[in-house]
Amino acid sequence: MTTLIRYIKSFTLFELMKGLKLTITYFFKPKVTLNYPNQKGPISPRFRGEHALRRYPNGEERCIACKLCEAVCPAQAITIEAEPKPDGSRRTTRYDIDMTKCIYCGLCEEACPVDAIVEGPNFEYATETREELLYDKEKLLRNGDIWEKQISENLKRDSKYR
Amino acid sequence: MTSLSFELTIGILKIFSFVVPVLVSVALLVYLERKVLGAVQLRKGPNVVGPFGILQSFADVLKLLTKENLLPSSSNKFLFIFAPMLTLILSLIAWAVIPISSTYVIANINIGILYLFAVSSFGVYGVIIAGWASNSKYPFLGALRSAAQMISYEVSIGFVIITVLICVGSLNLIDIVESQKNMWFAIPLLPMFVIFIISALAETNRLPFDLPEDEATLVAGFFTEYSSISFGLFFLAEYANMILMSSLTVILFLGGWYPPIDIFPLNAIPGIFWFVIKVFLILFVFLWVRATFPRYRYDQLMRLGWKIFLPFTLIWVVITSAFLFYFGLLPN
Repeated sequence: MTTLIRYIKSFTLFELMKGLKLTITYFFKPKVTLNYPNQKGPISPRFRGEHALRRYPNGEERCIACKLCEAVCPAQAITIEAEPKPDGSRRTTRYDIDMTKCIYCGLCEEACPVDAIVEGPNFEYATETREELLYDKEKLLRNGDIWEKQISENLKRDSKYR
Repeated sequence: MTSLSFELTIGILKIFSFVVPVLVSVALLVYLERKVLGAVQLRKGPNVVGPFGILQSFADVLKLLTKENLLPSSSNKFLFIFAPMLTLILSLIAWAVIPISSTYVIANINIGILYLFAVSSFGVYGVIIAGWASNSKYPFLGALRSAAQMISYEVSIGFVIITVLICVGSLNLIDIVESQKNMWFAIPLLPMFVIFIISALAETNRLPFDLPEDEATLVAGFFTEYSSISFGLFFLAEYANMILMSSLTVILFLGGWYPPIDIFPLNAIPGIFWFVIKVFLILFVFLWVRATFPRYRYDQLMRLGWKIFLPFTLIWVVITSAFLFYFGLLPN
């Protein structure tokens, strides 16, 4: 009897029809594609993207050249040189991040006592040459200026979980 | 002299009126395939080039045309270039006898189906020559597989066609369609119809029978060594063959240019429209099947062809002719 049923099933293409039914239901389902450059997926406030150096609202750099980020960086991507300014405060003279070494672990962000170095929400910074990925202080500060609004918002949204 | 050149011009115009729509349909079919596969996999498919991405295939053709045509140093140069041409020519000359409507056909010859069968058998040569001329292991294996597969499935296709011919009593394609005015052969000959579609998949090397170009084991099968427009010609020929096989299905089983029911609003629409609709319906089934089933193993493919389809169609030929003879329904 089971043999007979198996023969009937195979000659009526029963299993094949079941497969075809499944695919045709998927054919009419709504699609999950995002039209990437025009549409983008949601990003968590903790997203670890391109780095930025932030400023205080009065325009002063936050970074106090404590070099904790340089020390904690597991990929040794950060290089800092510092000397006191005329007003006696410590400020960096050089703050480089080698983005080709960086592993985007977010430890620099965790280590920073003044929330100066952060990883922002930007992930679209592909370049055509390797040299463009060796970020200096100027570039990082500019990133901070560009993304400050979103960075501060993200930090605020995430602060209750820290 | 003037009448001869006049007839020549008419003939060439007629040929162009077939070849251009076929090539445009190929472009459309490639686009449709990517859309259908995308939709089944919950993607959108091409949607950037032109409205809804409909010009994607033309962009791809442009890309292929501008690429360099590589000739492997150890290949047989003449045959290597000749093979894709042969494949495309063979897939296009078959269109000479396909009747789109009762009047719209290039050559209304009385052995149309035999001609089609012969030309589609010739298709193996293009593949074999390509595989051999490449002088490389994967193309060669692909060509061997393709030859064995196409020959195996042509046998069962032959019996299916014979069944239809017994019911019609003519080899003329227009006669075959006109004898289906009241009932399409897909209904009384349903098992033959299904076997024909499955064999057509194997004949055109489509999934789930695309072993000749099985990328998991043979890189790209018989056209591994081809690049640029010679690859494009193979591609074009494969899709033109798909369209050809589905129009053959429509002619043999789905009543060609006749509407599904012979009532007023439907039979007022020109036959060409019905023909094209049916062809694209069959093509959609091809793509749907491709999106659904995994590839057959080679021994399974041969088993299906020789141990199931061949005896089944053979028995069905006997049953059909016995039935027609017993009830005195034989044509003529």
